[in-house]
Formats: sequence, C-alpha cells, structure tokens
Amino acid sequence: MEYFFELILGGLTRGSIYALIALGYTMVYGIVELINFAHGEIYMIGAFTALIFTSVLTLLGFNEIAVIVLASLLAVIYSSAYGYTVEKIAYKPLRNAPRLSPLISAIGMSIFLQNYVLLAQTSDFLPFPNLIPEFEFIKPYRHIIGSPEIIILLTTSIAMVLLTFLIKFTRIGKAMRATAQDRNMAMLVGVNVNRVISITFIIGSALAALGGVLIASHVGQINFYIGFIAGIKAFTAAVLGGIGSIPGAVLGALVLGLTESFATGYVSSDYEDVFAFGLLVLILIFRPAGILGRAAAQKV
Amino acid sequence: MNTILEVKDLTMDFGGLRALDHLDLNVVEGEIAAIIGPNGAGKTTFFNCITGIYNPTEGEVLISPPGKKRKKINGLKPNRVTENGMARTFQNIRLFPDMTVLENVMIGRHCRTSSGIVGAILRGRSTNKEEKEIVDFSYNILKKTSLSHLVNELAKNLPYGAQRRLEIARAMATEPFLLLLDEPAAGMNPQETRELDELITRIRDEESISILMIEHDMKLVMSLSDRIFVMDYGRKIAQGSPYDIINNPVVIKAYLGEDIYA
Amino acid sequence: MSFRDDKIQEIKKSLLVSIWFMFLTFPIMVIRVNPIEKAVEWRWENMLVVGIGSFLLSFVWRYMLKKKEAGEKRAEIGESGNTFLIQKILEEPRFCIPLLITLTIIAVAFPFIFSMYQTNIMTTALMYVVLGLGLNIVVGLAGLLDLGYVAFYAVGAYCYALLNHHFGLGFWSVLPIGAVLGFIFGILLGFPVLRLRGDYLAIVTLGFGEIIRLVLENWNEFSFGPSGIANIDRPAFWDFQFSLQNATIYLYFLMIGLTLFTIFVVNRLQNSRIGRAWIALREDETACQAMGIDKTRTKLTAFALGATWAGMVGVIFAAKTTFINPASFTFLESAMILSIVVLGGMGSILGVIIGALILILLPEYLRVFSDYRMLLFGAIMVIMMVFRPQGIITNIRRRYKFNE
Ligand SMILES: Nc1ncnc2c1ncn2[C@@H]1O[C@H](COP(=O)(O)OP(=O)(O)OP(=O)(O)O)[C@@H](O)[C@H]1O
Ligand SMILES: [Mg+2]
Repeated sequence: MEYFFELILGGLTRGSIYALIALGYTMVYGIVELINFAHGEIYMIGAFTALIFTSVLTLLGFNEIAVIVLASLLAVIYSSAYGYTVEKIAYKPLRNAPRLSPLISAIGMSIFLQNYVLLAQTSDFLPFPNLIPEFEFIKPYRHIIGSPEIIILLTTSIAMVLLTFLIKFTRIGKAMRATAQDRNMAMLVGVNVNRVISITFIIGSALAALGGVLIASHVGQINFYIGFIAGIKAFTAAVLGGIGSIPGAVLGALVLGLTESFATGYVSSDYEDVFAFGLLVLILIFRPAGILGRAAAQKV
Repeated sequence: MNTILEVKDLTMDFGGLRALDHLDLNVVEGEIAAIIGPNGAGKTTFFNCITGIYNPTEGEVLISPPGKKRKKINGLKPNRVTENGMARTFQNIRLFPDMTVLENVMIGRHCRTSSGIVGAILRGRSTNKEEKEIVDFSYNILKKTSLSHLVNELAKNLPYGAQRRLEIARAMATEPFLLLLDEPAAGMNPQETRELDELITRIRDEESISILMIEHDMKLVMSLSDRIFVMDYGRKIAQGSPYDIINNPVVIKAYLGEDIYA
Repeated sequence: MSFRDDKIQEIKKSLLVSIWFMFLTFPIMVIRVNPIEKAVEWRWENMLVVGIGSFLLSFVWRYMLKKKEAGEKRAEIGESGNTFLIQKILEEPRFCIPLLITLTIIAVAFPFIFSMYQTNIMTTALMYVVLGLGLNIVVGLAGLLDLGYVAFYAVGAYCYALLNHHFGLGFWSVLPIGAVLGFIFGILLGFPVLRLRGDYLAIVTLGFGEIIRLVLENWNEFSFGPSGIANIDRPAFWDFQFSLQNATIYLYFLMIGLTLFTIFVVNRLQNSRIGRAWIALREDETACQAMGIDKTRTKLTAFALGATWAGMVGVIFAAKTTFINPASFTFLESAMILSIVVLGGMGSILGVIIGALILILLPEYLRVFSDYRMLLFGAIMVIMMVFRPQGIITNIRRRYKFNE
C-alpha cells in the first residue's frame, strides 16, 4: 500500500512539472495555433541558466537562500527573454504563412538551440545542486513525502492560481482570450495582437523555466538534450487535456504523470518513454480533441 | 420533369447553434435554381451538408442522376458525392494556387480516370492514352469557360473573375449532373457578371448540367433562375418563381434592410 | 538629410539588437561552470563575437525581410518570381546537354580518381539524396510533414541486419524485402494517423519514430539492444565477394544507379494522375476531396511510397557500414533529411539533390562546418521558412502546348 502511495505521489510530482511546461504549449497553441517545438529547449535553457548562476553566486559567497532565489529569478528572466526572441525571429515573420511553415521553423529553432547549448557548454551531463532545502517538520514523514515534492507541488499550485487569475481577471488576460478566439476580430477592436502574442510566449517561457529549475534540482543532473523528451511529454499532456485549454493542460499533465509513475512502477522502467509516446499516439488517433476539448468542425 | 436532388428534413447543429432546421428542397432536371437568404442563413452549410463535408444531424439527401437509380448520399465522403455526380464551387475561392490552370481542371478528371502508381512509372500505352484524354478533356473545358488563353498560368496569378470561372471549370471536369455554385458572382465587376450569366446558361443548355446556386446578386438571380428558394435562420421560408418571390411579403420581411431590387 | 537619418536609425536598431543578444547569450556563451571542481570559466571574447556578429547580421536580416516583402508585392500583381541561374541554364538545351555529359563523366570517373574515403563520402551523400527524394514525395509533394521518416530507414536497416545475421540472406535478396517491409510499415503506421490535421500528424509520426527506436534499444532478444548488430555482409555480386576497396566502388555505383532510378520514378510520378492528386492535396485538402479525390487513399500511397524508399536505403546503409545500432536512427536523422528537403525546395527534384549535396558534403569538406553541422541544419530550417519557403530551387509546373 505504501508503494502505491509512493507511486501516486511520484506521479503527481512528475505531473505538476509537466504541467508547468504544458501550460506554455497550450497557451501558445490557443493563441497562434502553433506547436511551439522549441518550448522544450526554453525549459532546458532555464535549467542551464539556473545551474550557471547557482555556481557563480555560490562562488561569490552568497548565502544559500539568496542563491536559490536569485538563480531561479535569473532563470525565469532569461527563459522569458529567449521565448520572446524565438517568437520574434522564427514565428512572427510567418504569421500568414501556410500552417506547416512555422512548425518547420519551430523544429529548426529547437535543433538550433539544442546545439547552441551543446557547443557553448558541454554535451556531458552536469550535476545539478539540490536547491531545495530539507525542511525539519517533514523529517518524520520522510518515507512518504520529501521536501522537494512539497516544494514542487506548492510552486505548481501557486503558479496555476496566479495564471488563472491573470487570464480571468486582468486586461491582458482578456486580450489574450479575445486573440485566442479570433485574432483578426481582436485586432479590429484594438487589441495589440503582437504584444499579446509576445506576452504569451513570455509567460509560457517563465513557467517552463520554473519547471526546469524544479526538475533539475529534483533529478540532480542536466544536459542539452533534456528539453526534447520533456517537451514531447509536456506536449502529450497538453493534447491529452485538450490543447488550448489551461485546466486541460494541468489535468493532462497529472494524468500523464500518474500513468508514467504506475507504468514504470508496476510494469517496466525500460519502456518509460515508450508509455508517454504511446499515450500521445493513442490520444491523437482516438481523441485528438483531448479530455476536455470539444471536436470542432472546420469551417469551409 | 424528373427530380434529381431531393433533400428531406435536413438539420445541422453546431453545438447549440441550429444552422439548418428541417429543410426540404428539391431540384429538377434541367433547371437553374437559386438559394437566397441573408448572411448566416445557413446556405453554405446546406451545401456542405449535401456534399459530405459536414455530416448532417438529421435528414436525408437523395439523388437520382439521369438514367440511374435513386440513391441516398448522406454520410458519404465528399469525394464519393462528387463521384456520384454532384460537384461544387466554394464561396471563398479554393483553387490549388501553385498548380497551373490546366492542372486545376485536370484534378477534376481524377475520379473519372484510373491509372495508378505502376501505370505512372511504366507509362504504358493505356496510361499515355488516359493522360492524353485528361489533357484534351480539360483543355476543352477551358475553352468553353473562356480560360484557354491562361492554360499554363498558375492559378494564384489569375484575376479574381477568372479564378471564379476556373472553379466552375474544375467542377465541370468531374462531369456532374448537378453543379452547386456558392456565390459565383461574388467580387465580380458588372462585365464579369454578365459573362457569368451567359456561361451559366450555356452550361445548362449545352452541357445539360442542372444548376443550384447560392447568390446575393439579385439581378443575376432574377435573370437566371427558374426557381428560387429563400432561407432564413436555417429554415426555408419561401420558394417559387422569381416573380412569386419578389412579391412575397415574408421574403420582404426577412430582407428588411437589404435592398432586394438592387 | 533623411537619408542620413535613415542610416542612423538603422545603426541604432542594429546596436540595440546587438546589445540584446549580448545580454541574451551572456550566461550560456560567456560563463562555463565546472560543478565538480567548483571552477568558473569566463569567456568574454565570446561576448564580443556575439555582439559584432549580431550587429552585422541584423542588417542582413532586415535587408532580406524587406526584399522578401517587395517580392511578395510583385507576386501579387502577377509578375513571376525570380528564377535561379541554374534553372535558366537547365531550360536551355545548349547548356543542359554538355552539362549532363560532364556530370556523367565525373560521376563515372569519381571512384577511380579519388580515394576510397572520398568515394565513401560520395556514397553517403547519394544515400541522402535518395532519402531526400523519398521524403520529398511525402513532405514536398503530398504536404504531409513526416517527422518519423527515419523509422522506415531503421526498418530497412534492421531487416537486412537481422535476416543476414540469422539466416545469412544476401544483400540482393533483402533489398526488395526491405522495400516491401518499408511499404507495409508505411501502410500500417499511416493508416491510423493520416486523417489527422497537418501539425498533429507531424507529432504522431515523431512519436512513432521514437517508439520504434526505443523498442529497438530495449528489446534485446530481438534487436540486440544498444550494442547493435555487427559484421553485416557487404553486398556481393552473385556469389563473388569483393575486396574492401572494390566493395566501396561497387556500392558507389549501386547508389548512382538507385539515385537515377529514384529520379526517374519521382519525375514520372509528379506529372502523373497520382502525383497531381498529391500536390492538390498539399494545396487544399478540402477542395481536393470535393473534386473527387479519396484523401485517405492518396495520402496513404504517398506515405507508403516514401517509406519504401527509406526501407531500401536502410538496407544499403546496413550493408555499407556493416554495423548498425539504434543510435543511427534518432529524431535528428529525420530532421536532417527534412532540412535537405526544406533547403532544396519542397517538391523539386533538382532542389533536393542540390540540398543533399550541400548539407552532406559541406560539413565533410570544410572542417569549420562539421562541428556546427546540426546548428547549421536548425538554422537553415528557420531561415528558409522565413525568407524562402519554396527552397533554393522552385518547383516549376509542367507546361502543356496546344496547337490551335
Ligand atoms: N463549422 C462551423 N462551426 C460552427 N458554426 C458554424 C460552422 N459553419 C457555419 N456555422 C454557423 O452556421 C451559420 C450559417 O452559416 P453559413 O455559412 O451557412 O451562412 P451563409 O448563409 O452561407 O451566409 P453567407 O451569405 O454570409 O455566406 C452561421 O451562424 C455560422 O456561424
Ligand atoms: Mg455562405
């Protein structure tokens, strides 16, 4: 029974990290109908930036808390800047191009960023310091839940609440929803669509960076390639929940996290990634609109 | 007169929106019929439902091609509908922009020809013969639609009026018994509209293809149609000869604000 | 004086871009940490490179964007776009025939003039030409973005490796089997996914590709896992086994033959009834269906035909390297073949050939490029999509003549 709970908890933790990344996919898709293939790389860059600044700040003699806060903040800032720049370079000139063009551009961007980090840094796995401190009060329950899990679940929940608030109640949120429904119409009523799209990329990238920092410190190592698999999985989560839907992305991520956790726990860990890919393929074939999505007839 | 298209009780729902509401409609052989109605009345949706692009929620679509048995076609895929002899054009022009004018029409021959991959690679006698037939047939249609001087142009480089005509030519290449035209005169200048009027009449008279068209240009509708159907909010609110329609108070009410005599 | 103001504005813009990129690349390009020795390496020279590079590139970028916009305007008023010099040469039989003769002579003489190493590289390049042409059927002609193309390549390679390992089957008997197996896999994978919309299709094929690779990696009893299969036989001529050198030459000519065969087939296909249907499908799926074309079936033929070619080249790959393992069949391989098609020009045979030769030979011969190979592939995909989505060689549609 304890193993079962362990798997549930592991699944939820995994799931919440996928959720942070999946939100970026879903938001971008909702607004520009593009699978932002380079999103996984933004997450990877977030993790790298955090690692680099952690080392630098530690060497400079900052204390532990300051290092955590500053490094995470810088990771978020840098990832957002990358997300913003990627959109400007690779997607903005293709706003009115045929649908496949921005997708190919996105794939190119993804490969470019991977190799950029590979060349500028290293192809080896780098150990990532455990940024999450051990809480005293959790010690007695250590065998069920550790502080990393708590922090991850907490961060994700807070991010989720803030995001929901932003989209439901702020001006920019309203503009985002309008743009998602009908871009041309939004433009006509005076929404600055380019700005909305930029902000969407920035928010998505910031969340991905958060995910990057959390998972890197949880797993303990990173390399230039972590974005690819994580990206595909988060995309699976987004599709699973119904791409374009924000609660859908979270739900899909949790379902995926739990599925993986149980599949590796009870079946075999060799095929961990196969389960995710398999789920992706099955979902797209049998229910491309996802759990929460509704199949829409294409207007002719 | 034989009825060649019979639509019974056709209903189409989009989520909560009922775009077509128990619609009945028929077309008889050799006529030019028109569907008119305000924007959003469901005219295009009607075309989409009877050509298999949408699957109607309720109702039946039956065709009786001249000389063939009556057949139910709802639920068939669009390409099967076309094979069965109903071809259409689109309200927002949907040509193959990077193919030449001739190739656009040749695509229409696809369902009337059969050579496959092996034939294409070996290019034997029968494939060559078929290919030549496709080219000649298509070129002939281009001549009939006065597009033959543009054969090798890319479709995207054509002027607007010619694009509309090319859509009609492409649909004719499938040898339909009924041609469905969705706002063929939209965006045309008066000169082009006059030519279209003539073209449609010729298609009916010389090719013996019946025509059902959606059109907002009332002058064209009045001069061409044998019968008119009026739609509003997904329902058929009137039908009859052009004279009946312009004197029908229900129609005038539906069009209030739109100048029907323009 | 507005001219000078313009210049100053331009320079300001570029300066801003340059500063932005220096900021952006600062952590990744400048700092390198060594977490084990707790050492930090500062590489300020990189920042200088990025600063100057992005300053200059931003001029080029803006200039090219402007040029592209001007080109779009011209296209709108009906003027045809600019054709490339190569195309003009090829349309002129006066140049075309001597050119073809020269090419034939070079191709035949190549392995006897150059070293075995060079011949090997050329054979590899030709393999990518054929892979590119195969993927071109799927992506370029039919407009189906297949990101798992390498899966069929793997099917072909493992088909030969396993049949050779277990049953000692020779190259020539497996080549058709590999092709047929590629075709069957194409149908099997294609059937459920081809009704998906374009971008979903891309992701599903990517997923399938990765699943096949992961299965090969983990199913040790079947595929010998990550360690792969070694000592695969080189192609023989009937029963005659070549020496290493002659086998290389033999493979080279075999690839020349396959390339010619592929060009012949694709050329015939693209101006056939099926080929036109593929292109129409790429241009507008709904209109295509409404014109009486069976969407699923047409897509499936394109997908399976592309897979057939990948299967064939897979067999040749296994025979050439005599050793295969799953690492040769990653997503990056699919991406590489895709960038060949994208660079060359979707749907254009000549374009794909040139694209493959550039992308494969350039990194081999210019050492500078070899490290930056994948970086280059990624950049090419972005740049081509932004500035020249039709590729370096625009596919020209066949013109028909009628005498009245
Ligand atoms: N795929 C779809 N999904 C949801 N609603 C749709 C879809 N297609 C059409 N509708 C709705 O159905 C209604 C009828 O639309 P339709 O295009 O058939 O009108 P129409 O009579 O052709 O108008 P117009 O004269 O402007 O062409 C409209 O309210 C439209 O928004
Ligand atoms: Mg309409």
